[in-house]
Amino acid sequence: MSWIPTPISRFFHRTSSPPHFYALADRWLPWLTALFLLLLGAGLYGGLYLAPADYQQGDSYRIIYVHVPAAWMSLFIYVLMAVMGAIALVWRMKLAEVMLISSAPIGAGFTFIALVTGSLWGKPMWGTWWVWDARLTSELILLFLYLGVISLYGAIEDKKAAAKAVSILALVGVVNIPIIHYSVEWWNTLHQGPTVTKIDKPSIHVSMLVPLLLMALAFKVYYLIAVLQAAKLELVRREASSQWVKNLLETKS
Amino acid sequence: MSFEQFLNMGGYGWYVWPSYALTALVLLINCLSPMLQRKQLLRQLALKQKRGQR
Repeated sequence: MSWIPTPISRFFHRTSSPPHFYALADRWLPWLTALFLLLLGAGLYGGLYLAPADYQQGDSYRIIYVHVPAAWMSLFIYVLMAVMGAIALVWRMKLAEVMLISSAPIGAGFTFIALVTGSLWGKPMWGTWWVWDARLTSELILLFLYLGVISLYGAIEDKKAAAKAVSILALVGVVNIPIIHYSVEWWNTLHQGPTVTKIDKPSIHVSMLVPLLLMALAFKVYYLIAVLQAAKLELVRREASSQWVKNLLETKS
Repeated sequence: MSFEQFLNMGGYGWYVWPSYALTALVLLINCLSPMLQRKQLLRQLALKQKRGQR
């Protein structure tokens, strides 16, 4: 990494050392939790109370405030995992492996939420819980990719080899992401087209859009909280016999 | 708007509220489970360390 200026590479080297990262996570978590609760409170108040009912869908559309942010997160986290996988493969960075595997259950959770809330929204609006159309099917494949990453990592005893296998799976699976995103444009589906990402002229009113963006931000901050918690566990697991974990045990007892 | 009206969600309460409840449940599990597992692991490691010292 000689092409990276020394202070920057030193910064990354230090931050990515497990004890330093563990302490950093502890320092950040209370602030992140406060920020999350603030965004969540504002988003829920705006979405469930302030925003008016939809002129076509009535109050059923309020599922959007969990459905869409969860679906966005399901894609976002997978892309992050692929990036971590690339970093882990190229630079053998231990922290990248830890962040990749720590992200997988959170991404799977968001994908599951997107699928089930979509189903709960589809029933009253489309008249069916499920259709095998492009958007729903590709999102279901994403859930299987997440579960694949989790079980592959669990199945390989040697954690170095496991991390390598999982990095490759995360990278290969990333082809599914544009398929999910463009599925509503490439194929004729029951799922509605994009309403928010048409930046020039979003077809959603401001009073409905603001709570949606607040919830999306809240979910982003939630991801940081959850991934730090999972990474702390994974670091202790991997480095159980190292000196810094022993020091940690002494300060605790 | 009364509280009952709010819960009723224009007749869609049985679709809206389970969506929010499921979301809360999954998010809580994904955050609390690693915290609890870490606490347990640290306790086990501390116990092992104590035994090793004797």
